[in-house]
Amino acid sequence: MLLEVNNIHVSYGDIQAVCGVSFHIEKGELISIIGANGAGKSTILNAVMGIFPPQQGKIIFKGQDITNIFSHQRARIGIRMVPERARVFPRLTVYENLLTGLYGLRNKLPVEERISSMYSVFPILEERKNQLANTLSGGEQQQLSIARALVSNPEVLLVDEVSMGLMPKLVDQVFGILEQLNKEQGLTILLVEQNAVASLAVSSRGYVLETGTCALQGSAQELMDNSRVKEVYLGH
Amino acid sequence: MSAYVVTIATLMVVQAIAVCGLNVIVGYAGQISLGHAAFFGIGAYSTAVLTTKLGISFWTALPLVIGISALIGLLLGLPSLRVREDFLAITTIGINFIVEAVFRYVPFFGGALGIGGIPRVMFFGVRLKGIPFFLLCLGFLVLVLLICWWLTRSWASLACYAIREEEAAASTMGISPVRFKLLAFVIGTAMAGLGGSLYAHYMQFISAGDFSFPISVGFLAMLVLGGMGTLWGPVVGTLILGILPELFRPLVDYRIFFYTLLLLLMIRFQPGGLLGENSFARKIITPLLKGLRK
Ligand SMILES: Nc1ncnc2c1ncn2[C@@H]1O[C@H](COP(=O)(O)OP(=O)(O)OP(=O)(O)O)[C@@H](O)[C@H]1O
Ligand SMILES: [Mg+2]
Repeated sequence: MLLEVNNIHVSYGDIQAVCGVSFHIEKGELISIIGANGAGKSTILNAVMGIFPPQQGKIIFKGQDITNIFSHQRARIGIRMVPERARVFPRLTVYENLLTGLYGLRNKLPVEERISSMYSVFPILEERKNQLANTLSGGEQQQLSIARALVSNPEVLLVDEVSMGLMPKLVDQVFGILEQLNKEQGLTILLVEQNAVASLAVSSRGYVLETGTCALQGSAQELMDNSRVKEVYLGH
Repeated sequence: MSAYVVTIATLMVVQAIAVCGLNVIVGYAGQISLGHAAFFGIGAYSTAVLTTKLGISFWTALPLVIGISALIGLLLGLPSLRVREDFLAITTIGINFIVEAVFRYVPFFGGALGIGGIPRVMFFGVRLKGIPFFLLCLGFLVLVLLICWWLTRSWASLACYAIREEEAAASTMGISPVRFKLLAFVIGTAMAGLGGSLYAHYMQFISAGDFSFPISVGFLAMLVLGGMGTLWGPVVGTLILGILPELFRPLVDYRIFFYTLLLLLMIRFQPGGLLGENSFARKIITPLLKGLRK
């Protein structure tokens, strides 16, 4: 098992955002956690990344307990995240944003080669490479955020609602790219989404989160066929 | 050049060195500091004690002075990692008052009388004063600017920018916010210590009031006026605020009021400072420069 999240609890003061969620992901898998607004999806990803650690529970990565290490240390052992709303560095150029993804790795990875490989996945970024990131459109910022996380060649990619604010065609395109990276390069991806249709379509398995607890889990097909999921998330 | 002009110019260069240090903390790392004069004072008092009580030279004392300033900067930088921005402002003001009180009330530091008889800097057997000492200070300013320039070019600056703009996102890139904030405090306070040391050897007499809270406000006003995070902003800001009170003598008495007002106005209307992107000064100067080149 590449990543195992075991019974985590997270609260913000009095607000219990996540209570007792467990899930796991194998190397080379692409899975989804779906849930409505406020279900606790971002809270879970932030706990895995170490931005807001859980008060209870364990996070195991490649057999190592990482519950108590800093987020920058998690990034260095190969966990990278595409945060909610992209969070690109607004006053750095596209190219510099990609460089930050390679921070601390310049002796281990061929910097320019990695960046041009990102340009071939996201050609729009090459066209915009010298533009400040805050001049990019929302969709372009999402692509930059994904590229910034991918450029370091991570072991697992955590993606927080990349579909938010994108037009349907772009959603399909971005999910298509993620699916392709998973199929062709064996990249392990954890998607966290409100857009259940698009994310389950590319996933092999999924978890359904409801107000901080895991309500359902199963293969993507099972979830799409489940009457409750159909009713709440798929709109029929 | 008259002695008066040399005095003003020397003090401005010395202050500019300290303001460059403040720029590293505030401009590059995005940490507010309202107590920078404390570190200017720590530099001045350490060199004063080392040279008058131990009898060692300015040059021997200098690495120690910079080391002491940086070390205390590191210790005082630690709270910045824990407290929120508004608390950091209050914390640094507090640090300023404590440091000033220590200088004022601890007999070892000369108490209210301060420390006098600080020797002039010797350079190859020559006792530096007047223009030669000014040139020495200018040399140190150039060195400090080179370090700042290198900082804005290196991966360290990329990391600092990233942390300042999106701290959480930066940490997911493997950048340790703790490390860079501390690094900025160490470099910034070391520069303040250097400036303070030069100040002490120029004045030859220092007392606690030279390093009080209004001086910190003045440093911040110079930085904000010139442009936080720019390379030349600290120099431009120090020049303007150094010359103004000389031209308009009445300003001297209302200096703290003037600095505070200036700070508020700048932050409200021109937060990038005179040299910041899209500043009104840039809009006027850039076309002029273009015209000159043609
Ligand atoms: N910093 C915070 N302080 C207090 N409460 C928070 C904080 N962050 C999240 N919460 C609360 O925790 C709960 C879960 O929030 P979370 O952001 O994880 O939801 P989400 O599933 O990502 O929602 P969305 O789809 O809107 O992004 C919500 O009730 C939210 O109000
Ligand atoms: Mg969310």
